[in-house]
Amino acid sequence: MLEGEIHSHLLPDFIIERREDRCIRCRVCERQCGFNVHWYDEETDSMKEDEMKCVGCQRCVVMCPTKALIVKPYPGDYRANANWTKERILDLKKQAETGGVLLTGTGNDKPFRIYWDHIVLNASQVTNPSIDPLREPMELRTFLGRKPDKLEIEFNGDLDDVEIKTELSPNVMIETPIVFSAMSYGAISYQAFKALAMAANEYGTLFNTGEGGLPRELRKYGKNAIVQCASGRFGVDPEYLNCAAVIEIKIGQGAKPGIGGHLPGEKVTEPISITRMIPEGTDALSPAPQHDIYSIEDLSMLIYALKEATDYEKPVCVKIAAVHNAAAIASGMVRAGADIIALDGLRGGTGAAPKIIRDNVGIPIEMALASVDQRLREEGIRNKASILVAGGFRCSADIVKAIALGADAVYIGTAALVAMGCTLCQKCHTGICNWGICTQDPNLAKRLNPEIAKKRLVNLLRAWSLEIKEMLGGMGINAIESLRGNREHLRGVGLEDWELEVLGIKGAGE
Amino acid sequence: MMRRVVAKPEVCVGCHLCEIWCVVAHSTSKDVIKAFLYERDGNHPRITVEENLPETLAINCRHCDEPECMASCISGAIYKDEEGRVLHNPEKCVKCYSCVMSCPYGAIVISENGDIFKCDLCKDLEYPYCVRFCPNDALELVEDSEKGVLG
Repeated sequence: MLEGEIHSHLLPDFIIERREDRCIRCRVCERQCGFNVHWYDEETDSMKEDEMKCVGCQRCVVMCPTKALIVKPYPGDYRANANWTKERILDLKKQAETGGVLLTGTGNDKPFRIYWDHIVLNASQVTNPSIDPLREPMELRTFLGRKPDKLEIEFNGDLDDVEIKTELSPNVMIETPIVFSAMSYGAISYQAFKALAMAANEYGTLFNTGEGGLPRELRKYGKNAIVQCASGRFGVDPEYLNCAAVIEIKIGQGAKPGIGGHLPGEKVTEPISITRMIPEGTDALSPAPQHDIYSIEDLSMLIYALKEATDYEKPVCVKIAAVHNAAAIASGMVRAGADIIALDGLRGGTGAAPKIIRDNVGIPIEMALASVDQRLREEGIRNKASILVAGGFRCSADIVKAIALGADAVYIGTAALVAMGCTLCQKCHTGICNWGICTQDPNLAKRLNPEIAKKRLVNLLRAWSLEIKEMLGGMGINAIESLRGNREHLRGVGLEDWELEVLGIKGAGE
Repeated sequence: MMRRVVAKPEVCVGCHLCEIWCVVAHSTSKDVIKAFLYERDGNHPRITVEENLPETLAINCRHCDEPECMASCISGAIYKDEEGRVLHNPEKCVKCYSCVMSCPYGAIVISENGDIFKCDLCKDLEYPYCVRFCPNDALELVEDSEKGVLG
């Protein structure tokens, strides 16, 4: 052993099976693996592999022209122990070998109850007609922003000449209640970032810049952008704010509530340094709190500073991680002047977070959403802000259920990444992404062709929107607006009383 | 209407799958496993991925309007067909490699056996395999009647 080095006791995560009758030694697997798992042995004219390095991203399997590869979880295990699982033992060993905080990427993968899977939807039978979305119009169009307390209208003489007297707050129209979550240029590749912008533009929805700024040449997509103003204040300038559709103040992130961000200096390349407005090669540190926000009053000052900077023309969103007192905090946010509140739940994703935080901090988005919507209704201020929810939305049914629970629209991050190619290998924090998404290595990043990725994202939005229309039609509803907060369309299955109470829904059969 | 394969280095992932599928396209079976493991017929890719990481680029015949390779061919093995494709007839080839030396793009390759191989735009297939199987759309089939569009 070299001095200071510790011999590793870790087991491989994956095993690679190579079907020799199919392998043509084309070495595509070797070239496509950023972790250098595969190599060609000239002596034996065969491909070899180092399984310890394999992260199970499946890139080699997909790219292999003869489908000669199978990558599957390593079957070897320690003596069965319900308390000391393999993951617990291996994590502990990693820390014994490194003495560090374990980092990881993507969202919480622990088996916390997914309430979406315990909520079922209603459908029309006999007494009310269902609607066929293929024959009749079905409205998914959604407006994000503050709605007036009451609407005063004036008729000028005849009934055709109507004027709205109430001064309306700025609202942003989206064609479907699905918005791409905050993923910064820096955390993800330029190609992935651009694909999200292009897809949002093509479909008529929004993408979120995250806190890495918006490259100048992409400001043409500003009308589809939610621009973030986070604790690091990276890339914030008047043009950045004014080119956007929505401005978002990021207080917290579902994957790592209470934790800041750290983009290592190696990733701060010239284009990223220009966009973030920091020197090349310096660490981009986002502090855990916003240092000018220590209270609701401070938050209000920043909200109005941003509104002032943009001439009160754009809704301002405040994003928090879903935590224990989310409802009270959300009430304060709305009273502080937020036009949209974004809640990011326990299963929200990340490019890098301490594993212990990701897996243990925060509350499920279903609970946070239900309690926030309920609280704002009780206080009579629900109309003052739209609710955007994020954190582990996997399919269109999750979205329909969230809207019935009270959300105005849903943020999708992980789902969008999966559409582009991500396989949730959870190695985002390494800076190596074989799918060209979560990397700044030019050799890996160009694996993501923005045109192809855009098509995949637009297809996803289209498919989910069609499914949402089908579900709405089944319930006899022809506009998403009629479902919003309509918890009568939800019933719980396999939930306890307290869970049904927090969710504000009846049990099935009730 | 002239068809050409255009390479886009900005999205080329350097996987060399175009080379693999080029061999399959010119195999007897058109089956990837058989072509490599059973048909030992000296087939060779007619497209070459050049690498200088992070840059990678598939080099392929441009099917020039005035091909240097054809002009330099001493035996008349390289000819242009009625559709504008620059083709190589191995029966006439004397392996002088004048075409290899004269091609300004390095698009004509010599196999291990010393044979000459060059792109025929998969003339017997509906669509060139390199384009069809490129996983990142880094190869594009363009149809352009304009002269000298690709230099």
